[in-house]
Amino acid sequence: MPRFFRLDEPALDGLIEALRQQGYTAVGPRVRDGAVIYDEISSVADLPQGWASEQEAGKYRLNRDPSAGPFDYVIGPSSWKQWLHPPEARLFAAERENGAFRILPNTTSAPRYALVGVRACELAAIAIQDRVLLGDRYTDPIYQARRKALFVVAVNCTRSAATCFCASMQTGPRAVEGFDLALTPVGNGRQYLGETGTDAGAAVAGELGWPEAPPEMMSEAAETVRAAARAQTRNVALEGLAEALTAAAEHPRWETVAKRCMACGNCTLACPTCFCTTVEDTSTVDGARAERWRKWDSCFTQSFSYIHGGSVRTSVKSRYRQWLTHKLAYWQQQFGTPGCVGCGRCITWCPAGIDLTEEARALRA
Amino acid sequence: MSPDDPMLPVAYRVEKVTKETRDTFTLVTRRVDRAPRHAFEPGQFSMLYVCAVGELPISISGDTADKQNLTYTVRSVGQVTNQLVSLGVGDTLGVRGPFGVPWPVEEARGKDVVVVAGGIGLAPLRPVLYHILRRREEYGRLVLLYGARSPQDQLFRKELTQWSQAPESRVLTTVDYGGVNWHGHVGVVTTMFRYVRLRPERTIAMVCGPEIMMRFVARELETRGVERSQIRVSMERNMKCGCGFCGHCQYGPDFICKDGPVFSYDRIQSRMEAYEI
Ligand SMILES: Cc1cc2nc3c(=O)[nH]c(=O)nc-3n(C[C@H](O)[C@H](O)[C@H](O)COP(=O)(O)OP(=O)(O)OC[C@H]3O[C@@H](n4cnc5c(N)ncnc54)[C@H](O)[C@@H]3O)c2cc1C
Ligand code: SF4
Ligand code: SF4
Ligand code: FES
Repeated sequence: MPRFFRLDEPALDGLIEALRQQGYTAVGPRVRDGAVIYDEISSVADLPQGWASEQEAGKYRLNRDPSAGPFDYVIGPSSWKQWLHPPEARLFAAERENGAFRILPNTTSAPRYALVGVRACELAAIAIQDRVLLGDRYTDPIYQARRKALFVVAVNCTRSAATCFCASMQTGPRAVEGFDLALTPVGNGRQYLGETGTDAGAAVAGELGWPEAPPEMMSEAAETVRAAARAQTRNVALEGLAEALTAAAEHPRWETVAKRCMACGNCTLACPTCFCTTVEDTSTVDGARAERWRKWDSCFTQSFSYIHGGSVRTSVKSRYRQWLTHKLAYWQQQFGTPGCVGCGRCITWCPAGIDLTEEARALRA
Repeated sequence: MSPDDPMLPVAYRVEKVTKETRDTFTLVTRRVDRAPRHAFEPGQFSMLYVCAVGELPISISGDTADKQNLTYTVRSVGQVTNQLVSLGVGDTLGVRGPFGVPWPVEEARGKDVVVVAGGIGLAPLRPVLYHILRRREEYGRLVLLYGARSPQDQLFRKELTQWSQAPESRVLTTVDYGGVNWHGHVGVVTTMFRYVRLRPERTIAMVCGPEIMMRFVARELETRGVERSQIRVSMERNMKCGCGFCGHCQYGPDFICKDGPVFSYDRIQSRMEAYEI
């Protein structure tokens, strides 16, 4: 059984259709409100063909580019955590009567998603959330159920944005693990080199009867992805970074960056690894039924660190410090990996254009 | 629904409510489904859920030898704690956990134990006192230093007297404001150290109270020759899950809910001296 296949555009349509036939909800990139976001797709026609993004610190623009294939866009503001670790999830419902209550079982079954177009940095982000939500002492059943039911079609990057730095974080741009199938656009982005990563992926490839890829296709694909890596202009030097940042708690740079930071929390929402949540309680007017919901939260809010008597992190400086130090230092100690995969979202989507790679460098000086 | 979903509370019924002070109440609770209560160790906490209101970390203040009940002592300071202390006998609350690293009662065997508590901080330490007094001969000297705002704010007054009468045990209390009828000590808890002679090389200390109090107590213990690794403190941060998911309790590289709340002072000393970590 070969591991590498050749796909054309109809074959890609066939793949999306086959996954839908198997009961998956296909989710992939689409253009909405001037950005590439992830949502349900039903065919190749839904993909952002003919669009290319221009990204810089604090800037994102989607431009018409007739030469751009369906996967020549670079990632936008949404990430797959929206589907695996949803922004809002009901933890449970309870029925109440005379001071007593009963927890009702959560009967809804987990959705089965086929994610189409997962980039290498995003696979790394999923692997990181796995460690946080599955791999530690406790297991989050909401995440686990979605994760178990998942089918992943990765797509290797052939273009980098100016905000990308996955190469320096050693997470991309080539996907090496964590996918069922991986595609690399070749020949102007209208053909694909397909690679299987799991038995489930191989089964789909076999069922669809894809022809084996010719060797020159494989070398072309490898070269395009290498070129995308070479095109990256930003980087983070990982060596000794966690130690340096942990020791930099009183660095004057925190004051400088705090003057620019608006504590809006965009970076934590856009970041594919940030996992923090809060809870909210709701009840019917008569109080007979109550629900408990989990919602994404951000360490940039003042309430995040509230304890009786006041918040622990009142200054913006301390909140920015928490964010960056968690990403690049504490995470390493907590989960054995940095909490950053180099996707660049926090740089692009920061309204003040704060650049994590620049801050990391300044904090080591 | 997964049976081991750590976010799903188990219903407990309030069996008894004791008013300790004007704002602090002890709730004795028992599982509604009559299954054995959750196992716990001294210093661990539960997430207590008040239906439709909210959920909070509260330490277990009862005796590990009580195989039926889970007991909590709650000081009413805000929205959810107000609701908790107004629960009556027969009302239901949700319990998750227990979570967290316990006090080092095993490691303390054979050593002198200094317990230092401030305010509600005595509640999470009470299971330690029960534990030691039940096995009195297995431990060295026992000293409890307890500071409260006023005499009326002292918790467990009857038990304080009982504990002071146990062999090789001293209980010293102090208040911030005494009032005319108070003949005891007035002043912060650190001033009590001058009344006790520590044997630092065989002492282990367990400290719980407001962060600033723990900082001063830890420094004082260190000055008196107790090694940092033999000083344990119980930290407090916002908590929304208790099990490492919500991120709220992060304290530098540690999650207070699962790496604490009890920490060795040598691990967190520099963080305790820093600001807004
Ligand atoms: C490990 C641990 C053990 C504790 N044990 C006890 C105990 O045995 N007895 C006791 O009386 N208190 C204990 N507390 C403190 C208690 O959890 C807070 O007093 C309580 O959360 C205040 O909530 P509130 O809604 O009444 O107050 P508000 O000031 O109205 O708080 C609003 C919300 O903020 C959050 N919050 C506020 N303070 C805290 C806090 N300290 N920790 C976490 N979240 C907070 C909660 O979500 C709360 O609902 C403990 C705290 C921790 C972290
Ligand atoms: S910190 Fe920024 S660059 Fe790193 S993974 Fe998060 S959003 Fe991407
Ligand atoms: S950076 Fe902030 S929001 Fe993101 S995981 Fe860390 S504490 Fe949570
Ligand atoms: S309380 Fe949620 S991570 Fe510790």
